[in-house]
Amino acid sequence: MARRKLKRVDLIFSKDCSCRDILADALKKPREEIIRMLIESGLKGRGGAGFPTGAKWKMAAEEESNRKYVICNADEGEPGTFKDREILDRVSLKVLGGMALCSYVTGAREGFIYLRHEYRFLIPKLEKTLDVFHKWMDELDLDFRVSLFMGSGAYVCGEETSLIESMEGKRGEPRNKPPYPTSDGYLGKPTVVNNVETLVYTMMIMRIGAEEFRAMGVEGSSGSKLFSVSGDTPKAGIYEIEMGMTLEDFVKEFGDGDAKAVQVGGASGFCVPRKRFSETHIGYQGGLKGFSLPTGGSMMIFNSSRSMYNVLHNYLDFFEEESCGQCTPCRVGCQQLRKGIEAIKRGEKSHKYLNDLLRLSETMKLTAKCGLGQSVANSFASIVENFREEMIY
Amino acid sequence: MSEKMIHLVIDGNKTSVPEGTTLLEAAKAENVKVPTLCHHEDLCIAGNCRVCVVEVDGWRVLPAACATPAMEGMVVYTNSPQVRRARKDILGLLVSEHSSQCTTCYRSTSCELQDLASEYNIDNEIYINLLKNEDYVVDRSSWAIEKDNSKCIRCQRCVRTCAELQKVNALDVIYKGADMKVTTFFDNPMSEVVCTTCGQCINRCPTGALTERRYIDEIWEAIGDPEKHVVVQTAPAVRVALGEMLGYEPGVRVTGKMAAALKHLGFDSVLDTDFAADLTIMEEAHELLDRLKRKLVDGEDIPIPMMTSCSPGWIKFIEHMYPDHLGHVSSCKSPQQMFGALAKTYYAKRIGVDPKNIVSVSVMPCSAKKFEANRREMNDSGHQDIDLVCTTRELGHMIRQAGIDFKKLKNSKFDKFMGDSTGAAVIFGATGGVMEAALRTAYEVVTGREVPFDGLNIAPVRGMEGVREAAVKLENVLPEWSFLEGVELRVAVAHGLTNASQVMEEIVIGDSPYHFIEIMACPSGCIGGGGQPIPTNAEIRQKRAEAIYTEDEKMKVRKSHENPEVIELYKDFLGKPLGEVSHHLLHTKYTRRERV
Repeated sequence: MARRKLKRVDLIFSKDCSCRDILADALKKPREEIIRMLIESGLKGRGGAGFPTGAKWKMAAEEESNRKYVICNADEGEPGTFKDREILDRVSLKVLGGMALCSYVTGAREGFIYLRHEYRFLIPKLEKTLDVFHKWMDELDLDFRVSLFMGSGAYVCGEETSLIESMEGKRGEPRNKPPYPTSDGYLGKPTVVNNVETLVYTMMIMRIGAEEFRAMGVEGSSGSKLFSVSGDTPKAGIYEIEMGMTLEDFVKEFGDGDAKAVQVGGASGFCVPRKRFSETHIGYQGGLKGFSLPTGGSMMIFNSSRSMYNVLHNYLDFFEEESCGQCTPCRVGCQQLRKGIEAIKRGEKSHKYLNDLLRLSETMKLTAKCGLGQSVANSFASIVENFREEMIY
Repeated sequence: MSEKMIHLVIDGNKTSVPEGTTLLEAAKAENVKVPTLCHHEDLCIAGNCRVCVVEVDGWRVLPAACATPAMEGMVVYTNSPQVRRARKDILGLLVSEHSSQCTTCYRSTSCELQDLASEYNIDNEIYINLLKNEDYVVDRSSWAIEKDNSKCIRCQRCVRTCAELQKVNALDVIYKGADMKVTTFFDNPMSEVVCTTCGQCINRCPTGALTERRYIDEIWEAIGDPEKHVVVQTAPAVRVALGEMLGYEPGVRVTGKMAAALKHLGFDSVLDTDFAADLTIMEEAHELLDRLKRKLVDGEDIPIPMMTSCSPGWIKFIEHMYPDHLGHVSSCKSPQQMFGALAKTYYAKRIGVDPKNIVSVSVMPCSAKKFEANRREMNDSGHQDIDLVCTTRELGHMIRQAGIDFKKLKNSKFDKFMGDSTGAAVIFGATGGVMEAALRTAYEVVTGREVPFDGLNIAPVRGMEGVREAAVKLENVLPEWSFLEGVELRVAVAHGLTNASQVMEEIVIGDSPYHFIEIMACPSGCIGGGGQPIPTNAEIRQKRAEAIYTEDEKMKVRKSHENPEVIELYKDFLGKPLGEVSHHLLHTKYTRRERV
């Protein structure tokens, strides 16, 4: 496969389209047609987990229920991610349009934007947008209403079942799966939970068609995506780029010339050292040679002045606090990993203890109840394996 | 009805299970015991300890067997290298946040974590001990329950017990991540929160984090004091469960051996709460009839239905949750407290011992009895009526400590006086038993005939359904009860406080169709009490219940009003039911309590 250079895209924030017209056109299509388009487009969830959006909508559409819900997951909490804030600030009508589309396809008459507590400054603006949106709904004769629901600052509530629990007034803790939200979601009813960016892309696919969307990116990782670029970069910010780029191209574009590692996907993602930049692609597993790493958009660049021990310690601190505390591997495992690397650094434990900790992180990946605990191993193992000497000395 | 069957392979064996079966249940059906900690048959699925993980072909992760339904075509391994490694790691993690001072733990040898840590050969050194100094502070504020956070593994069985079975929510989870813990409202001491002290959380705690407050040492001290005359009483449900502490299978009646053991331990008088249970029936049946008379004949505004008052967990529950409806509760003290008031008055006089030298001990299937004994109003004898309460479990410990070979003991009888009892008293131990005993007496008082049920067994009030109801028509009544002629006496029985609140809600809205309601705080009644041997589950409780009813069948006298000692007591001391002495010694008042 030929190497692809970075390709900037301008879909999400482009102003040269009328959201209302896209929606009006889409609502003329049969529901099955919209699902087919989404499936053909290859769109996968942009929150990070990468579940095929069309399949999710299809499942919820096929459920028989008197009530269904659409939830926009705007609990953007992954360290280093700040794209959803920008989307909601600048093009929230596109997000709402995506929700309306989902409502049309699944039969949901009620929707929520689960808004991260720290984004409460967006409320006045969003409420105004909602007024416009609800007027559209009346004009387009779609029985659908959206309201805001404020999160309370827990990272784990970005996990969809915790998010639902918290909306139901309970502790934000993940549920046992199955059943999945598409059959037993909010209040036990079929529920689609989509990331902010995913919803925008459903609208964009309606606009440009599945073919054109699929033409972007690479096999298995089609389309484009927003990246939140931060760390040691002169160009921190948000960029929409085609999927499938290599880290080498990425670092050439955004690095400060001294990048030693890129953390792809935030604290729950993977750390890639310089020697792997050229063989690492950004995209979902499969279809790409070498490593391919998914991301919810967080791209943190570290240059040679950074201690990877400190980076890892910071992540573990974060997980230790943000674990819901419910399941053993995550609650206790995070504490043991943090205390473990401290003990090694202080010389209280032998460097061989890193192997025990790696094994523990593997167990966490296999046995934690939700994505939070399962993904701690990603950053832990990738940092420890690639920067072992920094952990010890 | 044909159930959809799911076909799967467990450890190489093809099997099929009905749709909805979990992998844990499916493995059990294949005689594979997958280890669990947060799972409990009485409670909803949590899936949070992760000890029960198994490997499934094609799955990226190891799912928790307790929380994963069997799916068509699954190939499951319950003991693969990956599974063993993961379980060992998880157990190691749990041990790292658990005070592993097993030598001084009351639950040592009956601790589920200890068992698994031993089975999996856990190295206590591998992970760093996470306990902080403050974790070791044990909350001993409650009369009944001790809470030791250093032993908590956060499985939340107690939380689910308190919420699902009891609808009390005294315990819940606070904070998250590393700080997450199970505690009370605002982390207040157990004595200051809405806790009924029922002890159901203790019964389901896999470790020693929740235990009853123990009085073993105080009891030994009293026994060892030559100045003291130590009286012991044992509740009906103890005799069908104590055996489980001492090597018997559930459901074995050990009444005679228990009496023998108590004598061996050195108690001066070995008496029976069952005697007081018969007395309770006398008072309570007459109170019911008195209430009905005052309501129907005198037109007084008397709260009907009347509700039983034997279960101190239930009493504290209604005091907290429904303080405006305390008038429905019978004023009768519980059998323990009736016994206590008599032990230091009539009994003391009868045996010629100064009541101040009597130490009154009771062995109860219950933790709430410890709280009840320490209620301020329970001193009508002029002294604290009951001094020390121990559970079935504590008695088991004492018998073992004393080196008694329980199985080899010869049966003994209770001492006289206050040692005689009837079949009606022993069934107090099972849900519905008080109702059955009361009906046997009340019906006969009103009609002069035995209750119209085969062999005195009032089947409709028996069983394990959460709320049961029955009706008995009163016909051809004796002249003095003519106002009850043709009345259908409607009764209900509820066990577990969630079921109790269901019955209470009808009363709150003024829509309760009953005359008399029996409530027991604990699931299955006292046989499932918070002081009973651990483990507990529906099957064990069922066996204990069967033993209780067998005990009843074997008794010569099966109606409380025919207990010869009770008859003698009324003749000699109390006069008549609801008389002045009874009123003073055997009846009580209740306290309005805050809901927070």
